[in-house]
Amino acid sequence: MSSTVAERRTSLSGKLLRWSCLLYLGIVLVFPLGGVVVKAVSAGPSKIWAEVTNPFAWHAIMLSLGTAVVMVLISVFTGTATAWVLARYEFPGKGLVNALVDLPFAVPTIVTGLMLVALFGPTSTLGVVLSGFGTPVIYEQSGIVLALLFVCFPFVVRSVQPVLENLDPAEEEAAATMGASRWMIFRRVTLPALFPSIVSGAGLSFSRALGEFGSVVMVAGNRPMSTKTAPLYVYGEVEGFNMEGALAVSLVLLTCSLLSMIAASKWAERQG
Amino acid sequence: MKPSPALQNTMTWPQRFLIGAVLSWFGLLIFGPAVALARRAFAPGMGAFFEALTDPDAIQALLLTLKITVVVTISNTIFGIGMAVVLVRQRFWGRRIVDGLLDLPFAVSPVIAGLMLIILYGPKSEIGSRLESIGFPIVYHLPGMILAGMFVTLPLVVRSVAPILEEIGSDQEDVASTLGADWWTTFRRITLPTIRWGVAYGAALVVARSLGEFGALLVVSGNIIGRTQTATLYVHDQIESFDPHGAYVMSIVLATVSFCILVGLETVQNRVRQREYAAETNEDDQGAVRQMRRH
Amino acid sequence: MDIVVRNLSKRFGNFQAIDDVSFAIPGGQLVALLGPSGSGKSTILRAIAGLETPDSGTIELVGEEATNLPTQKRGIGFVFQHFALFRHMTVQQNVAFGLEIQKHPKAEVQERVQELLKLVQMTNFADRYPLQLSGGQRQRVALARALAPKPKVLLLDEPFGALDAKVRDELRVWLRRLHDESHVTSLFVTHDQQEAFEVCDQVVVLNHGKIEQIGPPQELYERPASPFVTEFLGQVNILRPETILGMQLDNERPLPVRLPGTPGGSIYVRPHDLVISREPNGLPGWPARIKRLTPLGWLARVELILPDSTPVHVQITQANSLELGLENGLDVYVRPRDLKVFEESSKAATAINYVI
Repeated sequence: MSSTVAERRTSLSGKLLRWSCLLYLGIVLVFPLGGVVVKAVSAGPSKIWAEVTNPFAWHAIMLSLGTAVVMVLISVFTGTATAWVLARYEFPGKGLVNALVDLPFAVPTIVTGLMLVALFGPTSTLGVVLSGFGTPVIYEQSGIVLALLFVCFPFVVRSVQPVLENLDPAEEEAAATMGASRWMIFRRVTLPALFPSIVSGAGLSFSRALGEFGSVVMVAGNRPMSTKTAPLYVYGEVEGFNMEGALAVSLVLLTCSLLSMIAASKWAERQG
Repeated sequence: MKPSPALQNTMTWPQRFLIGAVLSWFGLLIFGPAVALARRAFAPGMGAFFEALTDPDAIQALLLTLKITVVVTISNTIFGIGMAVVLVRQRFWGRRIVDGLLDLPFAVSPVIAGLMLIILYGPKSEIGSRLESIGFPIVYHLPGMILAGMFVTLPLVVRSVAPILEEIGSDQEDVASTLGADWWTTFRRITLPTIRWGVAYGAALVVARSLGEFGALLVVSGNIIGRTQTATLYVHDQIESFDPHGAYVMSIVLATVSFCILVGLETVQNRVRQREYAAETNEDDQGAVRQMRRH
Repeated sequence: MDIVVRNLSKRFGNFQAIDDVSFAIPGGQLVALLGPSGSGKSTILRAIAGLETPDSGTIELVGEEATNLPTQKRGIGFVFQHFALFRHMTVQQNVAFGLEIQKHPKAEVQERVQELLKLVQMTNFADRYPLQLSGGQRQRVALARALAPKPKVLLLDEPFGALDAKVRDELRVWLRRLHDESHVTSLFVTHDQQEAFEVCDQVVVLNHGKIEQIGPPQELYERPASPFVTEFLGQVNILRPETILGMQLDNERPLPVRLPGTPGGSIYVRPHDLVISREPNGLPGWPARIKRLTPLGWLARVELILPDSTPVHVQITQANSLELGLENGLDVYVRPRDLKVFEESSKAATAINYVI
């Protein structure tokens, strides 16, 4: 099929369509991206490097990476378990849970932040209890992880669940006929089949978490050198008209999330 | 498909424990916060709820969000369909690069998206200052907010439509052209009907995403007091100004709308899946039995 | 008896997949479960494997009660229609899996894997992944994997169903040879009559979850126990009693057929059990006209119309056709050599074979 498409010459109207689409893409995405590159080059690498290694910026970057890693480590377990339970078992309320899994994708991030403050915040019962134990969540680093967990909850679930549902049960049955116990079947047959989708879900979560802003603004408290993540730092610098500082940290963030996204998809491809 | 008895007889205690653990986690992380928000919004009573909702600032914010959403959805849906057709049906130099670039907004933090737009179209930039001098300012004004909405929702329609186009192939379109239909007729009568659920799905995603966009809009709208506020910015500013009830009410409105969109999407998805499934049944020997097993 | 199934029943919703099925398979045999779609053959096989829980009935494997035994403990080998190879393991790792589960020492596993790869002629592909193999190769690996742990019985669920015709033919011959070497008791599900006949010692014919007949292939063909078996195994003409009564008879010879009195009865004649002649020859027969003559290599198919406009298919050799000088539109005589009459008495159909 593709060969016939390739050989066919595109008609004039087709070309017109192509160029208008590309122009639109240019105005919305490519030119702004180009502008960033030009700006970064004109500022010079030493200036950019100085901005990145500024202790405030550096701490923000490290905080973003750290909280994202912690979130991914938790999310990989909870996400796989949720996908497993949804794909394999029948229980009351399953339909509701299945529908609500996507809620974090639909709900505006700022509302997410507000929801978390409403439940875990210092004015809520749960919040008071948590502070009573000396482990307040909201306005602390753990609050950032909580927000990221909420926002990225669907990624692993939704990338593992379809694989699990489409898994040919005959593979697991084949293992059973050869005497493998349930745990053995899970470890040797099911998990390896799921692994690429778990990694891909993890990569997407990580990429998304690095850039998360709306929910983190609400729960983080925005304290420099403590709870100020990289996107918050970028926002602060933009507000303070320090474009180079914002740009430098943005470049680092962009590179990290692009790399993790590409790595995840490449890895999933190679395995699949 | 249900697993066979070899893998699953009756539910064992470890399995019950696993289900319980997953449900608790889900309840604590997703369900609990949603309920907590609703309680806060409705705690002062329905009268206060409607009062907060009909606050002139709140209404203004909702109207602006609606305006942005409509413009972004229409223009990105048209672009999305066109781009999907171009990517799937045409071969040209740089096609793969365009394909890759399209996913970029997924990896870009909304704040950075806003920053990009300021750098290129801001009043201090070359393009921005020229446009402003001819009376068409972008950043810190409505066009900038629309542009921000377009940026963050750019891939959604393309990515819902392109796979469907890929799957159906160009045979039907070719048949239509051998029967004498021009490209527009072919598109309208053949292509569009087959991709319409994909378009609906992608457009719904755009609506949900642009309703809720916050970071990019915050950056692009600047921190001018009394600025043009969208619904999400209103939530943010109400919290900053220590009037949380207004923020809770607006949040509930936004969350309800996005939940409805979510349910709508589920329905669309099920519908598409059912149609696909109906075409698939009775194909092989065990089809009937397997279907029985499923129920 | 290596596999004994007693009064097995299974229902999916409103669908009775298996309906009170009993049979026994002696050790060392290769037996086919033959039937059309939805006849319950796969469900029976899966129940024997413990992959499906029967609603009632018992299963015995090699003299051991197995009805409630988990799949893992049944000591079976199972070959799936779509291979079900572990995609993330190489051919070698696939074959070794069952042996590793049984915790055999490494060296022994290696040895057995090599032995099996040799048996299925896949030694050169040991390090390939399933996706890099052709359908026929995958199925051979699946077979090796099932045989590796030395199962007590081997169960094959439409093992060649997903392969194309040529590969299927090769694998059939090969499977039969393999069985003659290994002698593991095997049960084989198929909907392909020819496959069952070519490969198996015994055939169990199933329809609507019930057993229609059990026996060696040739016996089933020659003495089918029911209209279903007659129709399922090869082509057949179905005649009405009136057509039979309209036969032209020689006064000396009475028609040797006792016709079914009830309307449920039916009369079957296979296309090759009809003889065509140019002249009446004193035996009971009909005048007929050739509607279409189709030479098919060494055979010829003749479509005839009887005086009461019943269409009848006849199969004769091409040589015979030339000898008789058959052509379209020609008037000839046709007589049945063998009739199968089924009487619908109460429930079961009783078969009477008439050789004229």
